[in-house]
Amino acid sequence: MNAPTMPVAPEAPIETGLRGETSNLAKVINAGHFGVCVEVSPPVGPNVEAIQREIKTLKGYGDAYNVTDNQSAMVHVSSLAVSIMLKQAGMEPVIQFTARDRNRLGLQGDLLGGAVFGINTVLCLSGDHPIWGDHPQCKPVYDIDSLNIIRMVRMMRNNQVFENGKKIPKIAPDFYIGAVENPFAPPYEFRPLRLAKKITAGAQFFQTQLIFNVDRFREFMARVVDLGLAEQCAIFAGVGPTRSLKVAEYMKNEVAGMDVPDWVLKRMEGLSKEDQQKAGLDICLEIARQVSEIDGVKGLHVMAVNWPAAVPQIVKELGLYPRPVIETAVVAEPVVS
Amino acid sequence: MTDSQEGSDTKMGLRSFIQDHPTPLVWSWEASAFMLRLLRPVFAKLGMETSSKIVKIPEELIKETLFNCQDCAQCVLHYTGMTCPMNCPKQLRNGPCGGVRLNGHCEVKPEMDCVWVKGVERSKKTPYQHEILRLNPPVDWRLKGQASWVTYSLGRDKIPTGVDVEVRYADEVLPKGVK
Repeated sequence: MNAPTMPVAPEAPIETGLRGETSNLAKVINAGHFGVCVEVSPPVGPNVEAIQREIKTLKGYGDAYNVTDNQSAMVHVSSLAVSIMLKQAGMEPVIQFTARDRNRLGLQGDLLGGAVFGINTVLCLSGDHPIWGDHPQCKPVYDIDSLNIIRMVRMMRNNQVFENGKKIPKIAPDFYIGAVENPFAPPYEFRPLRLAKKITAGAQFFQTQLIFNVDRFREFMARVVDLGLAEQCAIFAGVGPTRSLKVAEYMKNEVAGMDVPDWVLKRMEGLSKEDQQKAGLDICLEIARQVSEIDGVKGLHVMAVNWPAAVPQIVKELGLYPRPVIETAVVAEPVVS
Repeated sequence: MTDSQEGSDTKMGLRSFIQDHPTPLVWSWEASAFMLRLLRPVFAKLGMETSSKIVKIPEELIKETLFNCQDCAQCVLHYTGMTCPMNCPKQLRNGPCGGVRLNGHCEVKPEMDCVWVKGVERSKKTPYQHEILRLNPPVDWRLKGQASWVTYSLGRDKIPTGVDVEVRYADEVLPKGVK
């Protein structure tokens, strides 16, 4: 074994002054608007038409579109590829990076790969464990945790260095850095502090787990506001429609980290299929209206799993359509060192 | 991963009893840390690898029994409520993932308590409560298998990466006095 050497930090850290302000999501938030993120699920097979269909359905209904990274630990078309397609269709992708599938090398390579295509809004998360996915036999990576991905991205942007401390040649990539938080998973009192840790690491916006237990979310936000954290980041409350009672039951019983109260199931019981869909949409709209009022919430993150067609309706009904268009300020050419 | 390293129920029960009452563990750690700092010249003379071979014998015995130590050689036990974060199936060193079950159990191993639920709870019983806000740097996987007592003594477990030479704490963004 080679004797490990201590990585050496550069003598005078470079300050690039970049803050991810070129991201459309950042522009909308910085202009004081209530933001909307929409989740896009890449298809399982290499189905270009499916992606184009989703683009057609969703375009214009969000300020940015989350592209999931092997969602639920099941193989999908890669987040990077679909993000590039969105970008080329004139939509702002939020590219997701999980710690599950890639080590530091892979993550940084794909971060730079995205940057080449102008993809500058990233979301860093640990990722679902493969044990519940479609390849339970695989070796999970978890080389670094989500917090350290955030930190790595921040240093690539702010200081123009890789995770090893070496300088990134020529130009620093610009990223608007996102993270996730789940207010519904124990230990509840630690969740706001974990948010604080992620802000310290460099996170600028947060997306939460799907909200059904509004009271719990309210408690969480009260603490976040109390700690002065809400003004240091933009929190997007996660909302989404449940298509049927079966889906709601599945989320309640099978998905770890989801808190689905009984009233949600009761509302859908004994209804016909169409009425269940309608009830699912109504519940989503009710929750969305309630959470939008909560102090510290700066936007919504709409996740319509396997039901993209519901998104336009939700965004319109909430009075959040059309989305604001922020004129691109003239950006000076980056200085090439 | 950790599947093969789980002990019997009795051993697990005893381990969790000891960890739930961490005061003796805190004393032992303070005493060992003092000793290890004194031993630094010895370890430096022998080199990290040779020292590790010797020190690993007692270290493994103690830390595997008490904490189900996973040999990362960059021990953060006293920062994480005397609960080894490398027992987390995702090996998260900075807090729990979003998959913790409503009963506080692990998403991946439903029968196991979430390492971080335990760690946060236990850290309140130690003098290192504040350390739960520490931004633990990623693991240097080259050190895996070395003795953490040696890497601690030699300062090799402190890994500056990127430009953060000093380890940071979340108090930077919190009002004063929050724990």
